[in-house]
Amino acid sequence: MHSHPPLAIEAAGLVKAFGATRAVDGVDLAVPPGSVYGFLGPNGAGKTTTIRILATLLRPDAGTARVFGHDIVHQAEMVRARVSLTGQFASVDEDLTGTENLVLLARLLGHSRARARRRAGELLEAFDLAEAAGRLVKKYSGGMRRRLDVAASVVVRPDLLFLDEPTTGLDPRSRNQVWEMVRAIVADGTTVLLTTQYLDEADQLADRIAVIDRGRVIAEGTSAQLKASVGAGALHVRLRDPGDLPEAARMLASALEVPVLPGTDPAALTTRMPAAPDVESAGELVGHALAELSRSGIAVTDFTLGQPSLDEVFLALTGRPATADPATDHDTTEEDAA
Amino acid sequence: MSAQTASPATPAGQALRAVLPGGARPPRAGALSATLTFGWRALLKIKHVPEQLIDVIGIPIIFTLMFTYLFGGALAGSTGSYLRFLLPGSLVMAVVLVTTYSGVTLNTDLTKGTFDRFRSLPIWRPAPIVGALLGDVGRYLLASTIVIALGLALGFRPDGGVVGVLAAVALVLAFAFGLSWIWTTLGLVLRAPQAVSNVSLLVMFPLTLASNVFADPRTMPGWLQAFVDVNPISHLVTAARGLMAGTATAGQVGWALLASAALTAIFAPLTMLRYRNL
Repeated sequence: MHSHPPLAIEAAGLVKAFGATRAVDGVDLAVPPGSVYGFLGPNGAGKTTTIRILATLLRPDAGTARVFGHDIVHQAEMVRARVSLTGQFASVDEDLTGTENLVLLARLLGHSRARARRRAGELLEAFDLAEAAGRLVKKYSGGMRRRLDVAASVVVRPDLLFLDEPTTGLDPRSRNQVWEMVRAIVADGTTVLLTTQYLDEADQLADRIAVIDRGRVIAEGTSAQLKASVGAGALHVRLRDPGDLPEAARMLASALEVPVLPGTDPAALTTRMPAAPDVESAGELVGHALAELSRSGIAVTDFTLGQPSLDEVFLALTGRPATADPATDHDTTEEDAA
Repeated sequence: MSAQTASPATPAGQALRAVLPGGARPPRAGALSATLTFGWRALLKIKHVPEQLIDVIGIPIIFTLMFTYLFGGALAGSTGSYLRFLLPGSLVMAVVLVTTYSGVTLNTDLTKGTFDRFRSLPIWRPAPIVGALLGDVGRYLLASTIVIALGLALGFRPDGGVVGVLAAVALVLAFAFGLSWIWTTLGLVLRAPQAVSNVSLLVMFPLTLASNVFADPRTMPGWLQAFVDVNPISHLVTAARGLMAGTATAGQVGWALLASAALTAIFAPLTMLRYRNL
């Protein structure tokens, strides 16, 4: 079942039910070491429950999983020695200071008192929290809390880091900081399993992505493969002269080989880009098409080539939008149960 | 700024990369070290949120003063002689009521998600709970000190001397540690800290009032006397009274210790079973 070197995560048929709700309903995973693996899905898709199973916090009802070759149920202690968890809701202690939180974890992970202090200091410095080191965490901003949370997960370098929705609710600057942390952590050799609701984030960070819906993996692959399966998103073009619209529409339709729709704006055109074998070629196609417009003297004031949103991915994969149905909000059910 | 931080070669990114390896992996923390670290955490929380000591300080003061002056004259003829009877019971009542907070704090930790991280650490599994209880013993000690100091100020002169008083406090703390495991079990079963607090007070009030803390059971109707006689709190009070008066028997003390051991033996595994399968 497992070869050498073992996969970071290898799961087969994981199932976890809360009452009548099957939060995780037969999840298979194969995550190679040294990569970032993205779990993409809406609220309640079963992402958090899957992570909690893999981090040995929950026992699966059925199925097996191994982390670096160790069974998560029968060798849980060995799994815990290799993983680290940054939960969706702050897993740092609000009533302690930043320094105290990190010293606490360093001590629990076996550092001596002196080394724990030193480690806390250097982490706070590198995570841009040195000034807030002596302040209680409840006075931290959302971004600072998140940074401390990630720092707490790397007090001792984990082989596998679970990051549950690390940027949900963060402003763009804090989000970029978290992204940079994730990149640094992977560069340091840690495998990262990251859950997110944003295709953009999975695209930026993850080498491979599993799309999760209602407790199942409904699609798996690289970001490019996923986007190819749903189309490369939408192209919006705005013209200086609305009079050019019919001619521009004809030219774009023939260059891109897709139907072109007029927007609500009389000077705008929208097309859904075709499913391309790879994403680069969608950009290339658009480049050529726009150049052609310009050669014909049609002035373009503005254009965007949008990535498909999570909603578009979901619509393409499931035939319905990605909004969570409250009745099947598994992650919430689980929070309540805990 | 944001465009810069997104690229991998920024100074911030380099600082991160320099600090991440963190040197050689330390050996796994021992059970005792992990437990004491959690005890330290409990003390830190008291330091940062001293308001949580209001109960620990308030309950002993209020009960000792109120009952000394309310019943002292009526029950024993004078407050001075009533103190001799009441103070050991007051100590038991104050500490036993304070134990209920063990479940409340545990439940609060749980609802905040802090425990997810602790539960994913490679440490001795009971360490977070045993450590928290050790921290709580600190609170019990504080409550005990207040009761004793207040009693001494009011004229309490125990015949058992310093040794007898210290032995009584130690016995009450041992019992409280055992009792706390009931609340940790409850704290892991119930959903909200408020529910834990309500249920535990609902249990403890009748147990502490329907005991020999305030009055001699011989003055009570037969059915109540029967309950008071089997109430474990009564046994603990009798032992503490005996120690402070210098008249305790090995049986009385042994019973209280046995009760503590039995409570731990039953409820510690229940707590851990629940903790493992949260």
